[in-house]
Amino acid sequence: MAEKKVATKKDTEPKIGVYVCHCGSNIAGTVDVPQVVEFAKGLPAVAIAREYKFMCSDPGQSMIKDDIKQLGLNRVVVASCSPLLHEPTFRHAIQEAGLNPYLFEMANIREHCSWTTEDHGEATEKAKALVSAAVKRIYLHQPLEVREVPVNPNTLIVGGGIAGIQAALEIADAGHKVYLVEKDPSIGGHMIQFDKTFPTLDCSACILTPKMTSAGSHPNIELMTYSEVEEIAGFIGSFKAKIRKKAKFVDESKCNGCGVCIEKCPWKADSEFDLGLSQRKAIYTPFPQAVPNIPVIDKESCAYFLKGKCRACEKFCEREAIDFEQQDKIVEIDVGNIIITTGYDPFDPTPIIKYGYGKFPNVVTGLEFERICNSVGPTGGKIVLKDGSEPKSIAIIHCVGSRDENYHKYCSRVCCMYALKYSHLIKEKTKADVYQMYIDMRCFGKGYEEFYQRLSDEGVTFIRGKPAEVTDRAISEEEKGKLIVVGEDSLLGTVIRVPVDMVILCIALEARADAKNVAQLFSISQGADAFFIERHPKLDPVATMTDGVFIAGCCQGPKDIPDTVAQASAAAARVLALISKGKVELEATVAVIDEEKCSGCRICNLLCPYNAIDFIEEEEVSRINDALCKGCGTCVAACPSAAITHKHFTTEEIMAEIEGVLV
Amino acid sequence: MNFEPKIVGFCCNWCSYRGADLAGTARMKCSPNVRIIRVMCSGRVEPTFVVKAFELGADGVLVLGCHAGDCHYSEGNYKTMRRMPLLKKMLAQMGIEEERVRLDWVSASEGDRFVSIVDDMTAKVRALGPFKNNSKEAKHG
Repeated sequence: MAEKKVATKKDTEPKIGVYVCHCGSNIAGTVDVPQVVEFAKGLPAVAIAREYKFMCSDPGQSMIKDDIKQLGLNRVVVASCSPLLHEPTFRHAIQEAGLNPYLFEMANIREHCSWTTEDHGEATEKAKALVSAAVKRIYLHQPLEVREVPVNPNTLIVGGGIAGIQAALEIADAGHKVYLVEKDPSIGGHMIQFDKTFPTLDCSACILTPKMTSAGSHPNIELMTYSEVEEIAGFIGSFKAKIRKKAKFVDESKCNGCGVCIEKCPWKADSEFDLGLSQRKAIYTPFPQAVPNIPVIDKESCAYFLKGKCRACEKFCEREAIDFEQQDKIVEIDVGNIIITTGYDPFDPTPIIKYGYGKFPNVVTGLEFERICNSVGPTGGKIVLKDGSEPKSIAIIHCVGSRDENYHKYCSRVCCMYALKYSHLIKEKTKADVYQMYIDMRCFGKGYEEFYQRLSDEGVTFIRGKPAEVTDRAISEEEKGKLIVVGEDSLLGTVIRVPVDMVILCIALEARADAKNVAQLFSISQGADAFFIERHPKLDPVATMTDGVFIAGCCQGPKDIPDTVAQASAAAARVLALISKGKVELEATVAVIDEEKCSGCRICNLLCPYNAIDFIEEEEVSRINDALCKGCGTCVAACPSAAITHKHFTTEEIMAEIEGVLV
Repeated sequence: MNFEPKIVGFCCNWCSYRGADLAGTARMKCSPNVRIIRVMCSGRVEPTFVVKAFELGADGVLVLGCHAGDCHYSEGNYKTMRRMPLLKKMLAQMGIEEERVRLDWVSASEGDRFVSIVDDMTAKVRALGPFKNNSKEAKHG
């Protein structure tokens, strides 16, 4: 009897293995690893401490697994990199050796120690403190049950540009339902505004409209245009989304897209699609190939909404599809995963006064020039000045808002290439001289350098140096009536004045103005440049910090179309993997209430951001719904009776860790 | 030997811990005095953790969370924001200098901000000298 009792005690008594990683020279270059190992050997309950070049490698993991089996270790500490990088790797390893994955702890002696500390002695001392904290903490770790939840096979994709369309088609083609939400009346995004695409000079509409049509007619894709996501609840596998379908004032089930209403509408407003360079009607589709081909009424410019009279569209609509009484509708959908493809905003160059955008009519942005070049654009594809005449010379200024301390430090990645494309289009359509004014030519993609070489042979003048200003103050006969681009040719080392008829500003791609709202809505993070942050910049570029929420395209950072499509397909693949697995494991680190201790004060009820805590009236205690609990621990910290335990982050464990770091 | 303070740092898993990681990944150098304890949310930081840290010999306590509006759990950091001033009031009554406890916000992309907060806090606590409330001298007189 007594013997048996001892045996049980032996089994459950913590037997800790500590493994200190060199990480090549990343850790061992600064931290005295053997000293840390010796220190670890002296810590209570440590059965073995070892070091190895790369703990995450196969031999490193095998070392741990063998020790678990041979020495009967029941807890493992690895002192290496950030747990955010390799905690899953090691949890998996110890699980393979038969241990519960939560009987693992990591000491971050790379990111938080060897990489940030110069002095070797100080780094070693800090590493010891972090190892001591991990050992003290793991002593109290308990095995936890991993929760599994099913994955709803439906997917929500937010943003109907090329990224959203690509991801939607990939998932829908695999046989799963996709809700594609787009805030504008048509899908297509920025890509459909472009004329040609570099470096192949494919017509943008020719390659995109077939995809738009497929997305519009796909039996597995439910297109929700003129709609915005208002609310997201739930977690990976089972999100609930509330979507506001803004009133189009056109009954989609009746409209056949004949366009009579648009023809008959007597009221006009600036076309958003043509960036104000042309006008559209008050009832409109943004462009002729819109998907869905269903017009919407813009309340701001419709005479009926403004003055109470007109209704011309209604009179001429044979199918009686116009409905002035239509209201916004809130639709609730259930999805398992979300892909965010909200794209970018073009930089507004107005604040850069020296370039005269907004002051000189013939200073245009790159996106405006796309529309000017386009055969269905405001000028019917003719490259002309505001007065209708053909320009004799055009300057293209690179890096407007990019690589600029005052605006965006980053390179927008596409401007060099679209600037080259413009050169070609100008040469093709006019006899104008073209001046490229660049800082560096960055032609990094497949076929890009070749495109640059080709353009160099087409008679384009390349001037290295960022122009200082665009002015109309002529100082010679030749400059009269022209826009003069003043700057320095940094290769010649001379100040230059280039008189031209038109200036194109290669504007930066920037995070959308509403990116912050989107980030908050979906619980994802933004970087310093306001683009959304991926889970890992190299190894996990499409996932986010929130499980089940993926990002693709320019909302993650400026990129060209091939990269956007690749990233969108990658996001779709990640979602499909989750759908095909059918279930997902949730962190077991939730909070539980000890009902014996609960006084029923209900403080926690109001604190919980997920309404996961219910008060049970009959029993006068609070209870946590562990399907809703996300394990933040806020309730734990607030409970006056200390009745709530945060699994894996218990008060005792954190206290032990505090004691540990203070060795 | 010069006095080097021991500072316990609490970082939330989603923003500030990642900001601290980024400081490392970018090889920014910072004072080694702050030793980080990871919690899921700054809202998990109980006032008693701070008191306990001082009891166990810390010279300062740094609590870092997500910026207002960026909390991974929507509003956990708001709870911390309310809780900490109350705690600081209490600590002041116990004679603990204000600079020994700091609550601040660091996003996942602010490695540089993390470094400047750590360096600043370390310098301030170093200037204050060791926390003596638990030491024998303090008890005796």
